[in-house]
Amino acid sequence: MSALGVITLRNPVYAALLLVLAFFTSAGIWLLLEAEFLAITLVLVYVGAVMVLFLFVVMMLDINLERLREGFWKWFPFGALLAIVLAIQMSMVLMGKQFNLENMPVPAPHEAGYSNTKELGRLIYTEYVYAFELAAVILLVAMVAAIALTLRHRTDKKSPNPSKQIAVKRSDRIRIIPMPPENKE
Amino acid sequence: MISLSHYLVLGAILFAIGVVGIFLNRKNVIILLMSIELMLLAVNMNFVAFSHFLQDTAGQIFVFFILTVAAAEAAIGLAILVVLFRNLRTINVDDLDELKG
Repeated sequence: MSALGVITLRNPVYAALLLVLAFFTSAGIWLLLEAEFLAITLVLVYVGAVMVLFLFVVMMLDINLERLREGFWKWFPFGALLAIVLAIQMSMVLMGKQFNLENMPVPAPHEAGYSNTKELGRLIYTEYVYAFELAAVILLVAMVAAIALTLRHRTDKKSPNPSKQIAVKRSDRIRIIPMPPENKE
Repeated sequence: MISLSHYLVLGAILFAIGVVGIFLNRKNVIILLMSIELMLLAVNMNFVAFSHFLQDTAGQIFVFFILTVAAAEAAIGLAILVVLFRNLRTINVDDLDELKG
């Protein structure tokens, strides 16, 4: 899988592009699993939004790559060993006889008129409507937080402030100086 | 025919790659975030596989919510990263020792 490249490549731009490839293949696998709506959502949300955000940030920040890489190859054999042991252990559990997953029957495919999106929508707006609204609030909070974090006020430009312009009073602008009349005779 | 355990093993391998990515790339915050995305993808893969094989759509609803939360997390993480870079000119984890305990 291309996911290996994500963690090993030197350049974060290539790593992000390989992550895009991993997401695309996963979307294909989800299509095989009859989760069409989620597959399309994965492509749209992840590849379309999140990974573009990643690429934006990677390219916007000019990063000293060499300093970030130090210590990588020192730990690489240990890390690779850890990964292989982890994967083999989980595979042995999942492929083993005790779990009995092989006997799980492949379900019959749905009939032609079945709509995965319709089914998901029905469930979201009936049973899971509360969680759905919570997710909406989470997205709103994330948007506000991201904008508030990255907003900055520039001090090197000049621009009029309309609210100050409107709120100006007569006394702010003119000053009446009482002067005694001069008598020249 | 692809059985359920094949999907679960694929999820396990993806998860292991994500864990090792965090383990190896401790210096680079961007790749740390990408590894987290990879682990979330593994979890989603398991959810979708079980949802298909058990004929239960609730698993796909959960994947939907996980996608939502992951998108929010990535957005906030990258925003923090941008502010960090603007203030410190670095994203190296070792340099982030301003907060002395």
